[in-house]
This record gives sequence, structure tokens and C-alpha cells, in this order.
Amino acid sequence: MQHIVIIGATSAMAEHCARLWVQAAPVRLTLVGRDEARTRRVADDLRVRSPQSDVHVMTSDFVDAAAIQRTVSHIVNQAAVDVVLIAHGVLSGQGTCQDDLLACDAALQVNGVSPVLFAEAFAKPMVATNHGTIAIIGSVAGDRGRKTNYVYGAAKGLVSRYAQGMQHRLAQTNVKVVLIKPGPTDTPMTSDLKAKGQKMASVEVVAQDIVKGIASGKPVVYTPGIWQVIMLVVMHLPRFVFNKLNI
Amino acid sequence: MKPVSAWGRLSNDLHDVHVLTDRAHVAPVLAAHRPGLAFGNGRSYGDVCLNPHGHLWHTTGLNKFMAFDDATGRLVCEAGVLLRDIQRLFVPRGWMLPVTPGTQLITVGGAIANDVHGKNHHAVGSFGDHVLGVSLARTTGEVLSLDWTQTPALMSATLGGLGLTGVIVTAELQLRRVGSPWLRTETLPYQGLTEFFELADASEHDWEHTVSWIDCLAGQTARGIFMRANPMSAPQAAAMPSLKAVLAAHQQKTQSQPLRMPFVPPLSLVNGLSLKPFNMAYYELQKLKSGFDVAHYEPFSYPLDNLQDWNRMYGPRGFYQYQSVVPREGGQLAVQAMLDAIAASGEGSFLAVLKTFGNREAKGMLSFPEPGVTLALDFPNRGQRTLQLMDRLDAIVREAKGRLYMAKDARMPRDLFEAGYPRLSEFAAHRDAGISSAMSRRLMGV
Repeated sequence: MQHIVIIGATSAMAEHCARLWVQAAPVRLTLVGRDEARTRRVADDLRVRSPQSDVHVMTSDFVDAAAIQRTVSHIVNQAAVDVVLIAHGVLSGQGTCQDDLLACDAALQVNGVSPVLFAEAFAKPMVATNHGTIAIIGSVAGDRGRKTNYVYGAAKGLVSRYAQGMQHRLAQTNVKVVLIKPGPTDTPMTSDLKAKGQKMASVEVVAQDIVKGIASGKPVVYTPGIWQVIMLVVMHLPRFVFNKLNI
Repeated sequence: MKPVSAWGRLSNDLHDVHVLTDRAHVAPVLAAHRPGLAFGNGRSYGDVCLNPHGHLWHTTGLNKFMAFDDATGRLVCEAGVLLRDIQRLFVPRGWMLPVTPGTQLITVGGAIANDVHGKNHHAVGSFGDHVLGVSLARTTGEVLSLDWTQTPALMSATLGGLGLTGVIVTAELQLRRVGSPWLRTETLPYQGLTEFFELADASEHDWEHTVSWIDCLAGQTARGIFMRANPMSAPQAAAMPSLKAVLAAHQQKTQSQPLRMPFVPPLSLVNGLSLKPFNMAYYELQKLKSGFDVAHYEPFSYPLDNLQDWNRMYGPRGFYQYQSVVPREGGQLAVQAMLDAIAASGEGSFLAVLKTFGNREAKGMLSFPEPGVTLALDFPNRGQRTLQLMDRLDAIVREAKGRLYMAKDARMPRDLFEAGYPRLSEFAAHRDAGISSAMSRRLMGV
């Protein structure tokens, strides 16, 4: 059985990816979350969907490097890892981050530093076995800083640049690094935006793209695909035009 | 605030939407944002799921399975799970929901709150007959476990209770064994209501699913297509190897992007010009299919589920659905009178659905199904003309001592509601004071 590890397993995107994985074939799943009860609820759902799968639940601190190292060591000691999906994140309001330095710090830690530390911790044992895929969920927000969400965007930008470097480092190995850049997606994280009426991609569609991207080992996956075109335009807008936009 | 419509698209008022995602946190959200109303997948037609300018609690994020016993077929899940997700997961494992309506794109909570029925009502009753228990969050912050032995009254109020007794958070359902996803079907054209009733009576014993389409524009000579079906056992299906290829093709089709009504046409596509030819063509096409056949349960039971947003074809003003049930005694006369009134009005419906209910009372205080015959019709909203026609239909239903289906209603008068639902005062005692809907205010005053 494939061993798939999901960091941030209660995230809606991760949960839907897990549903697709267990639907395709029985797998060994290690679900890592911050809240044990919530992570268990996800595990129960997956067990009903796939009684043949072997679902494990773990909790970890997500911002403490020592705790991350312990968690990852424990996982890789249990069974060799085929896929790691690093999926956690918090959509901290830009306004809050500007007003409150502690909130700003927390947003940068959990959206930027934490995913990088998890990826780094998995890289070593996976390089040792010369096998597996590390997938990290970034964001289109990481492609260009915008006034409405640049703290979140900067953290995701850190993830982007990190993944790029790691792809370079592992290019000669069999370990693949997949960076996923979803556009706004209908998940609990964005429920406030949804309540305001913003159109969003369905989490089912995004999860399908992620699972497909991981299977093919594509270095960068925009989902839905249209965001590749949108961000190409956004990134190349001259600053004098960009600065006039209210986005 | 966000504009929200029901399936009939008759209104698009702003609602203060709160998305429920974690079943452990439902009660605090309700307590903090009341009065409000649960909103599932938005497939009810009228105002039963709306609370204009007030709070609306979205439940489709509550979509986790919790436990399943493969020996008994008991499933525990959250109330926002869609019926389709249950069917697609469990049919290959040999289990199925005993009752589903004409769409599987509704939530478990919605199916319970409206005590929905299917084409097999005469054989197995309504959805509520297979609900073993629910957990119900009240706006006071408490969460109650309901079942038929400990809390029969609140259970009976909640089943078919239009979401007014609390928010259904989880449910325990009894699935039934099924040998294959296949149905053996028979299609029979009929002329006139007498023939319809003969077919319905003759089919009740030996056929699990029965339903008919009727051309409501044909008046006295009402003609229709009667369809009946039985599930196929595994050996029966295995004896037809050609089915495998059909199943593979079906799966490919359902996995690809479904068709979508891409925009709202400026005028209803259902109008005087289109209706007659449509009804005629439909009748003739179906007539060609007369006789025995084999069908996968999805296209047979949910013919419109693969056409997303089909409700848009009625144009920007939306449409009404009018579904009544009248007792069998006098039922034929009442149905004929309704068909005559529609033909005379020139306000057509797409082929109407006509079906007999079995001889059983539903368990819910406000459940719709009762012994008799049920007629369901769609009417594009043409304002006063359409409302006047429905007033005439109301008079026929009232006279026949029938009732209208709240999951589809948007305009029935209060006296018809009170006459049709005699357990209303009993129900009122079980309401949650922190819940209110456009329909409850219209029909119950609060």
C-alpha cells in the first residue's frame, strides 16, 4: 500500500485529496493535525469511505521546529513515505496583520515558515531512500504582492521560492517536489469571502487537480488551470498600471 | 450579506450566511447568530429554505461520514452529506438508500426536514421511515440525541419539520441491500386517468418503482407514459454481460463535466410556443421505448441531475412547482379537474408527474405523503396569471381534502395549509424559538 502523509489534514483541500486517494485504492494514511478531535473526525470519514485503508492520526505543534522534527522522524520510522502533502494554512486578514504585529508574526509562521520546516524535515529521509513526492500547497497570492493580502502572499511567496530551490537541489534524484498554487477556493478558510458573494472554485475540482499533479510529479500546478494565465498577466503588469488597480 | 435563491429562483434576497463546517461547533454558531435557518443544497423550490435579510446556516460543509456497519447497513453521517455521495459510495458495496426523491443532489438533513419520497413510496414509505435517529442542535446551545423510542414526539416533529425544530447535525440511516446498480424497467403508454389508475393498482404489488409522466395540456384525453421498475439481483445482472459496457460508459459520462444550462435566457424557454410540441415529442419518443428494458439507477431515477442549473431555463422570473396529494377516494375526479383547469388556462407545465402513494401514513407531524394520488407540475412565473391558476388548483385540492408539498410551495394560503396539516398545533410545541423561515412566517405567523 502507498503511504501518504498529510500535514494539516483537517484542511478542506487536504481532506478532499484524501477522499480521492482512498477512493482510487486502499492506502496507508497518516493524518497530522493540530486539533486531535477534528483530525479524528476526518479519519473516521475516510475509514467509512475505504475500510481497507489503514488510517493513522497524529497531532503536532506546527510552528515549533523541534516538534516538527520529532513528528516527522516518528512518521518515517513507522513506514517509508511515498507522498507527503503539506496543506495547512490560515487566511489571516490583511487588516489584522497591519494592526497587530503578533497576528502578522503568526500568519508568517504558520503559512510560510511551518510548511518549509515540514518539507525540509521530510526531504532528508526521502532523499536517503531516493523515493517519493513532496507536495506543498502555496497560493497564487505568492506570485505578486498585493495590498489586499500581501502578508499571506509573502508567506506563500516564501513557500514558492523554497520549493523552487528544493526542486533544483533534488533534480538529480528520484524525489519530486510539487508546488501547488490554488486560486480562491470554496473552503472554510474562505467562508467569509464566500459569504460576501465572491466566486470561488469548488474544493472537489481543486483536489482533483492536486491529486493529478502529484501523480504526474509536475513541478508547479496552478488550480484551476486558468490561474496560470491570470497570474501571468498580473505578474507582468507594469507597476504604474498595477498600482492603480484595487486588487 | 449575500443574495440567496431557492431552486425556483422566484426571489434573490440578501442573507447573512454562516458556513457550518465542524459538527462540534454547530451549536455555538446557532446561539451566536439567531434567529436563523438551516440551508442545505438549495434544491427546495420555494421559501422553505429562505430567511430574507436574516441569518442562514449553510450545512453542506458538514459532509463527513462517521460510521458504517457492513453487517446491518446502518450508516451514521453528518447532515450535509449529499444523497449522491452515499449512493456512489455504497451501491458498489451492495447497499443503497431505500428512498430518494427525483434528485440526489440534496443533503441528508434536507431529506429528513422535508421527509422526501420517491417512486417506491407504495413499497417502502418515505425517507423518514428509514431514519433511526438524529442529533439536533437547538439555538439555545444544546445538542439533543433523538430516536423513536426515547424522544418520539420531537423525532416526529423534526421529521418533515422544515428545519424549524433545530438544525439536524448528524443522522443514522438504515440502508438496504441491493444486488446491482441495475433496474429492470417497463414503459407503458396510457390514455386517460382511468387507465393510469388501473396500471398503478396492477403494478403496486409486483413493481417497486412506479411513476408516470402526463401531458397536462391534453385535457380530457390526458395521455401519458407509465414507468415501472424493479431492482435487479446480482445473478440477474451477471447474466447480462452487455451491462458491464453500459456501466463503464455511464461511469465515464458521470466523471466528465456534466452539461450545464450556461446562462439565464431573457425569457422562459418554457412557454406557449415550446410546451405543446415538447409534450407531444416527449410522449412520442417515450412511446417508442415501450416495453421492457434495463436501466442504470442514476439516469432512471434522477433524469435531470446531469443537466446542471436546469432551473435557469425558466428565465429570470423563475418558476413555481405545484405538488398536491389528494385521497384516492375522489382522487381521479380531482386530478382530472386540475388537468382541465390547466388546459383551460393555457398556462402549461412541462410533462407533469403523476404517482400513487401507498396506503401508509408518514411518521412526521408535517410529512407530506399520505395515501392517495400525487400530481406535480412546474409553472413558469408569469405573475398574476400563474397565481390565479394556482388559486383554482388550490380550490380543487381543498375540496378533495388534499394538501400541498411544502418543499415545493412558495405561495399557498394559510387556510389550505392548516386544513391540509391537521397536526400543526401539536407540531408548534416542538419548534425552536430561534428558528424562522420565510415560509414559517407566511404559514404559521412566526
